[in-house]
Amino acid sequence: MKRSGLCAVAGLLLLPSIGLADLQGGDPNLAKGKAIAFDMNKGNCLACHMMAGGDDPGNFGPPLIQMKDRYPDKTVLRKQIWDATEKNPSSVMPPFGKHGIMSESEIDQVVDYVYTL
Amino acid sequence: MSRLSVARLLQAVFLIVLTMVSNSALAVNYQALVDADVRKFQAYIHKEFPDVRTADFADGVYAIDSQARKQWKEVEEFPPYDLAVDEGKALFNKPFANGKSLAGCFPNGGAVRNKYPYFDEKRGQVVTLEMAINDCLTANGEKPLNGMKGDLAKISAYIAFISRGQPIHVKVESAAAYKAYLKGKQFFYAKRGQLNMSCAGCHMEYAGRQLRSEIISPALGHTTHFPVFRLKWGEIGTLHRRYAGCNENIGAKPLAAQSEEYRDLEFFQTAMCNGLSFNGPASRK
Ligand code: HEC
Ligand code: HEC
Repeated sequence: MKRSGLCAVAGLLLLPSIGLADLQGGDPNLAKGKAIAFDMNKGNCLACHMMAGGDDPGNFGPPLIQMKDRYPDKTVLRKQIWDATEKNPSSVMPPFGKHGIMSESEIDQVVDYVYTL
Repeated sequence: MSRLSVARLLQAVFLIVLTMVSNSALAVNYQALVDADVRKFQAYIHKEFPDVRTADFADGVYAIDSQARKQWKEVEEFPPYDLAVDEGKALFNKPFANGKSLAGCFPNGGAVRNKYPYFDEKRGQVVTLEMAINDCLTANGEKPLNGMKGDLAKISAYIAFISRGQPIHVKVESAAAYKAYLKGKQFFYAKRGQLNMSCAGCHMEYAGRQLRSEIISPALGHTTHFPVFRLKWGEIGTLHRRYAGCNENIGAKPLAAQSEEYRDLEFFQTAMCNGLSFNGPASRK
């Protein structure tokens, strides 16, 4: 079974990133990005990813943590969200930009928010 | 030779070649091709869930999640589908306007669950149990029933109930049957909808994982236990209703119950369950 072993680890790692998100929580752009990411009819990232502050996360994909460290180049992160099948053709992650699930500006907002995780 | 006769000649040669090709195709053992697929399919699931016995996959997600299984077992002690089975029995024996009944269309007292789905060589298409019930109705001057829920699901539930334990052995023995099987297979593996997801993506690759709080069932066992009483529906519904729901969830157009696409999909999915037993109806979340 492919249960993600990362999840157990993530529980520990999440604590500092919650603090980080809260620090920047006052930014309305980030708040909007978070709302879109959590919205079941938009990003619905929680369906598949553990994210700080989100309830009932799924575990199809890895926890979204330490994004700045892992994505020094923010445009790489945006690409993953715009069309995950570019990097992994068989990815189950929906191509949010390519299939118009989110608008370009919504994606920008989600990227900005996810980058704080 | 005039251009026309050259064309005629070419046409004739083409036809001869075509006949030769299809004649040699007759020699293809389609069942062996399908059996090989079944072995590969089931081996993949067994590798993902090495502790689960083959027969237990008929219990869907409850085969792989012991906590959910305990709750489900409690629900099944007073099965929420009991009433539907009783009503289905009454409908099965109820006389039509012409005095006959569904019982007249089905042998073995109606315990025919494992005769379906099958490929009807004469009609050139897959016939499902629900389709056969509706065929019987229309042949007797009655109106066909809604393919998603209601009376059709109840009759199907009764037939499934009295057929419990019948082994699944879908046969694919002709080029036409294999073509229908391949269409179902293609449907199962193709990405579709706005979310660009396939049945296989969730129910093979990510089976056992969680989508939000829902654990995804492995595709092995998907068709053994339908129709199901879903707590979410609050009533009994057919396999094709579930197909439509999963299609909708990924932003794909749900197809009509008993559409050719869904019948072919059921044909493929049930073939993948060869070796398991029918155990419907069942309750599900
Ligand atoms: C249906 C499941 C699903 C949904 C919904 C989903 N993802 Fe993913 N995601 C995955 C999977 C699976 C991977 C693993 C890599 C791959 O297969 O593409 C992944 C990988 C990623 C990655 C790269 C891995 C990493 O941690 O660096 C990022 C970033 C990401 N997703 C962000 C998002 C964001 C943001 C959203 C919502 C807007 C989202 N995902 C929605 C399934 C999903
Ligand atoms: C986004 C993920 C996803 C996709 C894609 C998906 N399903 Fe599902 N499916 C689910 C979830 C979640 C459930 C409910 C939990 C369970 O039993 O698996 C479910 C349930 C089912 C069930 C009922 C299982 C049972 O034991 O009663 C069947 C049958 C099914 N899906 C078939 C399909 C088919 C066929 C397709 C493609 C046309 C498909 N699914 C696509 C997520 C998905």
